[in-house]
Amino acid sequence: MGTSVFYLVAFLSIFFSLMVIFAKNPVHSVLYLIVTFFTFTVHYILLNAQFLAVVNFIVYMGAIMVLFLFVLMLLNLNKENEPLKSGLLKVVGVVAGCCLVVTLIGSLKATAVSDPLVLQNPNLGLVKNLGKELFGPFMLPFELSSILLLTAMVGAVLLTKKEKV
Amino acid sequence: MGTMTQTLQGVPLNHYIWLSAIIFTIGVIGVLTRRNAIVIFMSVELMLNAVNLLLTAFSVHSNDPSGQVFVFFIMALAAAEVAVGLSIIVMVYRNTQSTDINVLNRLKW
Repeated sequence: MGTSVFYLVAFLSIFFSLMVIFAKNPVHSVLYLIVTFFTFTVHYILLNAQFLAVVNFIVYMGAIMVLFLFVLMLLNLNKENEPLKSGLLKVVGVVAGCCLVVTLIGSLKATAVSDPLVLQNPNLGLVKNLGKELFGPFMLPFELSSILLLTAMVGAVLLTKKEKV
Repeated sequence: MGTMTQTLQGVPLNHYIWLSAIIFTIGVIGVLTRRNAIVIFMSVELMLNAVNLLLTAFSVHSNDPSGQVFVFFIMALAAAEVAVGLSIIVMVYRNTQSTDINVLNRLKW
């Protein structure tokens, strides 16, 4: 089975991310995005990055997607007033995106042939290893990210609060 | 987990880069073709995730845990970004009764 798992999951990721941007109903987009993030979690597990897999599962699929769904339900958008761009702009956008992917893959073809991905250290992505890294050389950025989260929380509360007249 | 790591062997690094490039491009197409601010936001999340996957693949390739630490930081950043961005969208909706980004063209000129 070997590498076929990777190709199957990669196909599912691409398929569901296409569904995200082409679904008419925003709620369907959110649900497809959750499935896409689940396939990314499988990718992390295949790469043996278990800590990232768990964080992706909890933070992205748990917290961020619930936030999206919550706001979507709060705003009460229904299909009728869903804004759609004109057909010409859609075609132009898709053509521009195809140009981007052709450029990226073409420039990649120009480089040397890549060697297969081999995991040298089996406990590279485990919590023990990453924790030592996080609290060693990356101590300051780790603490700064907590201030970033605090700032974001204060900002979100201030932005959504109704101002008293 | 020993068997799981064996399945990894043999996928070329190029295929991870192709997958990330394709998903990043899907995010770009989503930003270009949709008008609903929330869907545009979700496309930005797709782009962030494509970059995360690529960082992890390169981290495994070069046997360096720093890449995975950076992915962790990007996830924290994305959480903060989503909180602030969605609150801005809620505020815009309160003022204009829609999440259409074409309504917000006052800063265009």
